[in-house]
Amino acid sequence: MSQTNSSINEIIKPENLVYKKPSVLNDNPMHYCPGCSHGVVHKLLAEIIGEMDIQEDVIGIAPVGCAVFAYKYLDIDFQQAAHGRAPALATAIKRLMPEKYVFTYQGDGDLAAIGTSETIHACNRGENIVIIYINNGIYGMTGGQMAPTTIEGMKSSTCPFGRDISLNGYPLNITDLLVRLEGTRYVTRQSVHTSAAVRKTKKAIQKAFVYSMEGKGTSIVEIVSTCNSGWKMTPEGANDWMVENMFPVYSIGDLKDI
Amino acid sequence: MSEEIELMKGNEAIAQAAIRCGCDGYFGYPITPQSEILETLMAEQPWKTTGMVVMQVESEIAAINMVYGGAGCGKKVMTSSSSPGISLKQEGISYIAGAELPCLVVNVMRGGPGLGTIQPSQSDYFQAVKGGGHGDYNMIVLAPASVQEMADFTVLGFDLAFNYLNPVMILADGVIGQMMEKIVLPPFSPRKTAEEIKKLYPWATYGKSKDRKPNVISSLEIDSVEMEQRNLKFQRKFQLMEENEIRYEEFETTDAEYILVAFGSTARICQKSVEIAREQGIKLGLIRPITLWPFPTPILYQYTSKVKHFFSIEMNAGQMVEDIRLAVNGKAKVDFYGRLGGIVPSPIEVVEFVKSKIA
Repeated sequence: MSQTNSSINEIIKPENLVYKKPSVLNDNPMHYCPGCSHGVVHKLLAEIIGEMDIQEDVIGIAPVGCAVFAYKYLDIDFQQAAHGRAPALATAIKRLMPEKYVFTYQGDGDLAAIGTSETIHACNRGENIVIIYINNGIYGMTGGQMAPTTIEGMKSSTCPFGRDISLNGYPLNITDLLVRLEGTRYVTRQSVHTSAAVRKTKKAIQKAFVYSMEGKGTSIVEIVSTCNSGWKMTPEGANDWMVENMFPVYSIGDLKDI
Repeated sequence: MSEEIELMKGNEAIAQAAIRCGCDGYFGYPITPQSEILETLMAEQPWKTTGMVVMQVESEIAAINMVYGGAGCGKKVMTSSSSPGISLKQEGISYIAGAELPCLVVNVMRGGPGLGTIQPSQSDYFQAVKGGGHGDYNMIVLAPASVQEMADFTVLGFDLAFNYLNPVMILADGVIGQMMEKIVLPPFSPRKTAEEIKKLYPWATYGKSKDRKPNVISSLEIDSVEMEQRNLKFQRKFQLMEENEIRYEEFETTDAEYILVAFGSTARICQKSVEIAREQGIKLGLIRPITLWPFPTPILYQYTSKVKHFFSIEMNAGQMVEDIRLAVNGKAKVDFYGRLGGIVPSPIEVVEFVKSKIA
């Protein structure tokens, strides 16, 4: 039974209020660092796929980057793409099997550096796919190098004195670019640093999945995230730093919803 | 019903054969001299008849990765390009080999390096048969020498790709792609249904059904011990290909004292060279490797018992000649003659070269 259709009375029954691991999330221990946002987003995806009862009809595309192993944690069919090419895979899969839900899960290096072309063209064609975009401003998997989204002054192993615009150029706000493409239907920027934010992100991803079946274009959910290991901060300190420094550059909220 | 004979270009034959053999998807990017493949498919609009998806996409890189995505779903998918575009696809081909997916890649070669020329060439031999992309992998490379073979190898290429779960390449050149000949197209066979794909390709990602674990398409294995095992499995597969898939053609070899080895359009030219040489009393023969990988190594070696002089004729600076030398293993002399940069050798100049070496 779909939980989203349940009545309020059904939901607040004590036996339904038990917090448990979503069944689509398996028992493999996650490789993500404590405090990393990936785990939360994975859980949200598992919840949504379970609640929408689409486990048999969904194909995920894992990127290159920390989420390369996303397929180890979600009990759904998965393809692992070459760096940046997830939207190309998703395009073909959705075109060949339009009745399936197809989503990519990509980081900022994957989506906004090496995969810029695939991202922009999939969105411009209005492919009916969902793009989950984790923006933590750093290359986590390779050890904390500068990303296209690293903000001005932010330190990384390849900009150890902070991102210098004259040397490294400006941070790329690719989501704002995608808003302007005719092919995108839903573009939103969310975060998962508080319970309230997690709930909003869940709603956004859910909406994106529903939209992907309506044939009206691409849905992108950017999630401004923390990489406390790469940023060399505590999980809590990373959350605070993100709110203070990243949110002014990457403003939270819906950017397009038609 | 009698066979339908049609006149068309090699590139058009590939497109028509793809539609007819139940291809599910083509993804490509324009580049001379192979754009007629995409153009023909777009004009035929097979999505209205067989349901085949045809897409002109943003780059050769996107195209090969779409092929990866489609192949991962158990679909019969292909891409085509010419030399510079094939270079761009190499990462994707390596991933497809690493993830053990079936697909067809067509290279209608032009002269390189770099942007080079749009004229025909065979200078991507090394790239096609020695890997091209990173890592230890091979793929079956089919070298058509006629428009008929462009169509036939499209059907055969897909069959081999699915038999071995490995990419297959058609390595043609601008001559074969552009020239028109009479051909008989393959009969129509329907695309596989979703149910057939589930049954035939239980590894495919079409959505996890309740009765199985998730299917994962990936070339990644962080554990070196596992990765070595995976590589050894690939090597066993490549060995099977070497044992079972060698294809070649012989012409006037029975009494030959000298043998030309040539593939693709060069083999057509060399056929004429053999005729001219024989008119002049030179017992010349021709072996045409049809599979460039696996190379007909054992066949050439067998010939060394009676033939002591081989000639590799290529439209490049000497690439296949290395495989011929490995094949004859010092038991025969091997000379090379090639033209470069889009120049096609004439039958006479091949004969003159042979004469200069046997005099």
